[in-house]
Amino acid sequence: MNNKRNIMLTIAALVILFGVACFVQAEVNSYVRRIINLCLVYAIIGLSMNVTNGFAGQFSLGQAGFMAIGAYMVGIFTVPVELRADVFYAVPMNPHLVNVYMPLWMALILGGVLAAFVAGIIGTPVLRLRGDYLAIATLGFSEIIRIVITNATSITNGALGIKNIPPLNDVRYIFMAAAISYVLITLLLNSSYGRAFKAIREDEIAAEAMGISLFYHKNLAFMVSAFFAGIGGGLYGALLGTVDPKNFLFTLTYNFLLIIVLGGMGSVTGSMFGAIIVTAGLEYLRLFDEPMELMGIAIPLFRPGLRMVVFSILLMVCVLFWRRGIMGTNELTWEKIISFVKHPLSGFRKKGVQGK
Amino acid sequence: MELFQAITNMTAVSFAQHMVNGISLGSLYALIAIGYTMVYGILLMINFAHADIVMMACYFALFGITTFHIPWYLTFILTIAATALLGVIIERSAYRPLRDAPKNSVLISAIGASFLLENLANYLFSGRPLHFPDIPFLSSMIDLNGIQVQAICLFIPVVTLACLFLLLHIVNHTKTGMAMRAVSKDYEIARVMGVNIDNIISITFAIGSALAAIGAIMWGIRYPGITPYLGVMPGLKCFIAAVVGGIGNIKGAVIGGFILGLGEILIVAFFPQFSGYRDAFAFIMLLLILFYKPTGLLGEKMTEKV
Amino acid sequence: MKMKKFVSAFLASAVALSLVAGCGGGDKKKAEEKKPAAAGAVKVGVFLPLTGDNAAGGELELRGIKLANKLHPEINGKKIELVIADNKSDKAEAANVAARLIEKDKVKVILGTYGSSLAMAAGNIVKDSKVPAIGTSCTNPQVTKGNDYYFRACFIDPFQGTVMANYAFKKGAKKVAIVQEVSNDYSVGLAKFFKEAFEKLAGAGSVVEIANYQTGDKDFSAQLTNLKAKNPDAIFAPGNFTESALLIKQARQLGIKAPFLGGDTWETQDFVNVGSKEVDGVAFSSAFDSTKAATPEAKKFLEAYAKEYKGEQPGGLTALAYDSYLIALNAMQKAGVDDSVKIREAIAATKDLETTTGKTTLNADGDPIKSAVIKTVKDGKFSFIDMVNPEDLKAK
Repeated sequence: MNNKRNIMLTIAALVILFGVACFVQAEVNSYVRRIINLCLVYAIIGLSMNVTNGFAGQFSLGQAGFMAIGAYMVGIFTVPVELRADVFYAVPMNPHLVNVYMPLWMALILGGVLAAFVAGIIGTPVLRLRGDYLAIATLGFSEIIRIVITNATSITNGALGIKNIPPLNDVRYIFMAAAISYVLITLLLNSSYGRAFKAIREDEIAAEAMGISLFYHKNLAFMVSAFFAGIGGGLYGALLGTVDPKNFLFTLTYNFLLIIVLGGMGSVTGSMFGAIIVTAGLEYLRLFDEPMELMGIAIPLFRPGLRMVVFSILLMVCVLFWRRGIMGTNELTWEKIISFVKHPLSGFRKKGVQGK
Repeated sequence: MELFQAITNMTAVSFAQHMVNGISLGSLYALIAIGYTMVYGILLMINFAHADIVMMACYFALFGITTFHIPWYLTFILTIAATALLGVIIERSAYRPLRDAPKNSVLISAIGASFLLENLANYLFSGRPLHFPDIPFLSSMIDLNGIQVQAICLFIPVVTLACLFLLLHIVNHTKTGMAMRAVSKDYEIARVMGVNIDNIISITFAIGSALAAIGAIMWGIRYPGITPYLGVMPGLKCFIAAVVGGIGNIKGAVIGGFILGLGEILIVAFFPQFSGYRDAFAFIMLLLILFYKPTGLLGEKMTEKV
Repeated sequence: MKMKKFVSAFLASAVALSLVAGCGGGDKKKAEEKKPAAAGAVKVGVFLPLTGDNAAGGELELRGIKLANKLHPEINGKKIELVIADNKSDKAEAANVAARLIEKDKVKVILGTYGSSLAMAAGNIVKDSKVPAIGTSCTNPQVTKGNDYYFRACFIDPFQGTVMANYAFKKGAKKVAIVQEVSNDYSVGLAKFFKEAFEKLAGAGSVVEIANYQTGDKDFSAQLTNLKAKNPDAIFAPGNFTESALLIKQARQLGIKAPFLGGDTWETQDFVNVGSKEVDGVAFSSAFDSTKAATPEAKKFLEAYAKEYKGEQPGGLTALAYDSYLIALNAMQKAGVDDSVKIREAIAATKDLETTTGKTTLNADGDPIKSAVIKTVKDGKFSFIDMVNPEDLKAK
């Protein structure tokens, strides 16, 4: 009964949000649209990272590499054929690829699939490792992907990057992609696979003893994560209109790490909140980079660079004092929202009781 | 075949020059790798901020000489002290509060600390590169029968080996070292046995950071363009060196450093067409080691506790 | 437990407070911004990397634009207000910032940036919102190609590469080596144009070695040892000034005597600072010669610069940034300050405009046709060697 109601509510919410997206697309200026789109893209990638890091408990830092794969698929296949000679002016494009054109959605899926495929290949050996080793190995892979892209000039145009990607600053499109990703990931996580992921996160040995195949499930989580990172990366490339290998330095992964830490490792809705707060917040914190005058006196502290200092301090504070993040491993469910609407204060009271 | 050709085409002088380059780079890696390995050996965590401690030490030494006009030898001593202090501060503020937290949280905190140091340096010292001052004699070049060697390059391996022996002595033959080993084996039991864990961990960080400072000074003399992000890549490579050698093992870190440094140079020497892939070498090395010998060359088998 | 709760409550309130405080500050700032706007100030967007890898270049260009604003603060009786935005040397940021300048700050024209990839990231945005942008030192041909709204004040890489190839050939180089920063679009592009031009002059096989390195590398000894064995007459090594300075230093240390040639990025004090005495004698192309003023405007610029930044010589980057302001100013004088499409047309029609780097005329792509200056470093100072006009190259 409740379940049915929740599904209906979710669908209704998505439809309403889509309506909002249409409204935003029509009415709001392109700067705000760009920020909203970036939030949505980051939400997809944050979500994808949460699948391995938050739900399956495998600390992977390879997101930038998988994004690069997705972004380059979009870059390679969606540039109009007649503009390609301009883009590949240093080394001509590979003759097998030069006339292959794909619509964006197809390139996105191809990027996701290829990223998942690469993840499958590297996951087999890498996922045997644990904790720090896994982190550094995945990070290494993401760097290798970037170095290969830099050097494979006839396919990727190397350091010159690919420009002339038809720009996509369309909130509706990106919202749909984010909504589909959200629904698919939620369905996966609520299935027996999702429960297996969580069991592995809590205790690998116990999970294995319960008959959960570690290898299979870790690999699955890793591939699903790479798939959505690839999609997110593709959208990122399309949003920017250009891609180049320097975009995908491993430090890019740290953005998503912050998103999932802030949102809560192991919470889908948390990643969504995290993405919005981090992206919009970074944009908002820009005022720290500008010279500020207080009562006519210029404060010397405010100069370019301060914003990132504030940002990294926030990350540290978050990790040290607020390790659960916004949501912890909880989700924002309809029950919570409804009970909050009915009794706005009871939630707090209950928490107070638990606190003791 | 190609390799054979490359070798035969190479003159003896070129080859010797490559070897000298490789050894000097390798010993720098080794010096920094020791810091990683020490912290990992005791806390079982990657100190991501280690690379940025190196970067900060470069700035300390640079400002000591250029801004405060302290004689260089004195600056070096002060730099080592200041860096050790920085290491301890980082440990106290970023790692100690998380001692009983899940390992992933510590890892995130370490990444955060590294990120903070980079951004702080970028803000304070600007992103523009600064020139590390030339040090009398150490910065000059020596000609050994056509092989050009910077004087510092002759010192680096010596210093690295000296540090290695000093450290081995501390770890194996002093009371503090014994406590360190105890903490590394099992910290709960060590605590029960009356070891002051907090002190030992602080000392470990101080030593690790002091080594980072020594490495940073050598690094600055050898590669005198100092930027806030200079630690990032070398830091990763040195961590890889530590893993290759067997993490937690000091001798292993030195061996790993040499393998990586020499390997990187020789791959460019023999396969110039792959010079663009030079940075990938370290990562490929890492993956190979992790697949075939996850404990590293000299590492002992560690059983993870349930 | 209680303690923890207290701490988190404290932190939460601190964060909330700081946000509120931040909002307050922001509002106040906005109010301040609005005041001059109400008085009819004209807003010009400045879009430069002030932090990150390209910060040094961005800073030098900002000087040029600020100086130009100081000397020419008004247009048709209205004050010109610069809205300065940092693109962090990052493409995603560049796109955001460009959109912000256009949509939030409502600028009618944008000046910048250093770094072609940053300009390209903003390219579609200026094109779609029909606000013209004038690049300061983005030399990649792709920046303006196919984009009616992007212009630039600097020459482009094919020209720059050809200039340097000609210079090398003229100086008697028969075989050259190239060291390129393989992850840097600027370096790779320039290396390609240099190679083509040099092989045309000296025949196929005259480029004996192409070595690669990555941005951020510090050790080039292996590549350089290989290169030494090939014994080239000259080495073309375009790239970021930090890496280039270290590269040249190490080359000299390894006993490589061949002269180094490079591109306009080298013209920063940081290049000389990092490279110290080892970079003496390198040759690179630039747009501006500070030792003799080409135009009255250049004289004004030099005098103002000397007053503002005592003891420093302005380089090409600063001069080009200054010029970009002049181009915008000239266009706005003709087309008014309200309609950005009209401003675009006026910029496109720029002809024989007196700028610090000579007379500027923009061609159909939006690129200026101007002469290049070849400079060197002598005793830690930049000095003039040669001047190359576009016509000189065609004659050959």
